[in-house]
Amino acid sequence: MMRELYTQVIMDHYQRPRNRGALEDADLKEHLLNPLCGDEVTVYAVFDGDRVADVRFEGRGCSISQASASMMTERLMGKGREEAEAEIEGFKTMMIGKVEFPEMDDLAALKGVIQYPSRIKCATLAWTAFQKGLARE
Amino acid sequence: MYDVEEIRRDFPILDRWIGDNKLVYLDNAATSQKPRPVLDALAEYYERHNANIHRGVHRLAEEATAAYEESREKVARFLSAPDTTGLIFTRGTTESINLVAYAWGRKFLREGDEVVLTEAEHHSNLVPWQLAAQATGAKLRFIPIREDGTLVLEEAERLIGPRTKLVGCIHASNVLATINPIGKLAELAHDAGALMLVDGAQSAPHLPVDVGALGCDFFACSGHKMLGPTGVGVLWGRPEILEEMDPFLGGGEMIREVHLDHSTYNDLPYKFEAGTMNIAQAVGLGAAVDYLGDLEMKNVREHERRLGEYAYRRLSEIEGIKIYGPEKDRTGLVSFSLPDVHPHDLSQLLDEDGIAIRSGHHCAQPLMRRLGVAATARASFYLYNTEEEVDALVEALVRAREFFGAFARLA
Repeated sequence: MMRELYTQVIMDHYQRPRNRGALEDADLKEHLLNPLCGDEVTVYAVFDGDRVADVRFEGRGCSISQASASMMTERLMGKGREEAEAEIEGFKTMMIGKVEFPEMDDLAALKGVIQYPSRIKCATLAWTAFQKGLARE
Repeated sequence: MYDVEEIRRDFPILDRWIGDNKLVYLDNAATSQKPRPVLDALAEYYERHNANIHRGVHRLAEEATAAYEESREKVARFLSAPDTTGLIFTRGTTESINLVAYAWGRKFLREGDEVVLTEAEHHSNLVPWQLAAQATGAKLRFIPIREDGTLVLEEAERLIGPRTKLVGCIHASNVLATINPIGKLAELAHDAGALMLVDGAQSAPHLPVDVGALGCDFFACSGHKMLGPTGVGVLWGRPEILEEMDPFLGGGEMIREVHLDHSTYNDLPYKFEAGTMNIAQAVGLGAAVDYLGDLEMKNVREHERRLGEYAYRRLSEIEGIKIYGPEKDRTGLVSFSLPDVHPHDLSQLLDEDGIAIRSGHHCAQPLMRRLGVAATARASFYLYNTEEEVDALVEALVRAREFFGAFARLA
């Protein structure tokens, strides 16, 4: 069970996070705290027209929240606003177990989280922050 | 003779298995497990005596009322309160403190007045005072803590003065394992003409408590952390202060005479017990304090003191671990963090071994900020925990560390 949750992919993103750091003059900047556990994340994005030209995150928290944030940045890089919105919605739907994770996808590593309801909010933290940022823009 | 194995047999839940492992329950600061006599008292109440209390004139109402009031007497004795006049049943510590912040705070606090708390308060003894301060214009002041979590008393002496109307403090910390010098704070408060409120959520279950000897004016605690059911707690207050306060909630039982445009209020403690109370739970709490009384709180304290020291020593052996709070005079809990392993990941991994610990901010976010951490892990012990369980915890922590360390080496 332990290995189902803490997969190699998750640990890799946790210990070697992609796109970590702040972005100066970001078009989108959103900070979100998970009040249940104190995990926090700030997401940044710079847009080139409609496209996400760069996306970064900063934060502190458990392996699930930080790995998921790292995966999100890879996922959203280069996407248009509507596409990004759809990606986020799609991810959150998967995390509540409504649809299956595509097997070939990095994100499938987070599938194990579904069986731990208290941790789902960790996995969706950065995604929700980005969604709020998009809505605020 | 304190026989922990015999005590464990009274707690049915301790026989539970989590997967392939026997439950090791180390989250007692969040809530305690319940012994058979408490479970039996709840069942017996519902099977034999259930009725609404105080106004019925039938047999069951008489029995239910007697059981509820007997419980009040037991809890009063447990806290060494002089009598039951100031012993109010509430939903728990949080409601007890809200009662004081509302019914005393909004009536007596004025702009420019000060309420002095500490940096280590649980949210339950902070947020109610923020609300009272917003409503009245009073200010909140905070006694700082040292690196080891103990209060800086010289600062308390400086902060508590003529503007102070109330000093509020946790008796024991749910994070730091400190036991605060309530007597000294009460003396400072009273010298300044202020009242002393004690949040006893983490002390009443674990230490002998004597509200008179503590010198406090209000004492709050929760039943569910001291072997009782959820949904019942206690506020003890000095009757002459409770008399002057407005009611907290309005409704049945708390009244004497009701007219369409005004009402007069019932005597203490009923003035603060509006509506149908958690009767069965109060009866269950009576059984819980009977159980604690039979063991004697000084024995409970001694068992937990030894277990806490043992845990502190064993955990200290883990390389790189950081343990929060003082080295000495601790209650039976240990908050800690391990390098490379976030507390949430840690408690998830420990759950695989059947070990229940807590991780997070422990409802003390300002304290977490003061300690410079987002979260800690916490193992909290109670009267039924054993050294073998501490050993199981230490072994599981070492395994978790290795598990995360293996990934770190790959990275």
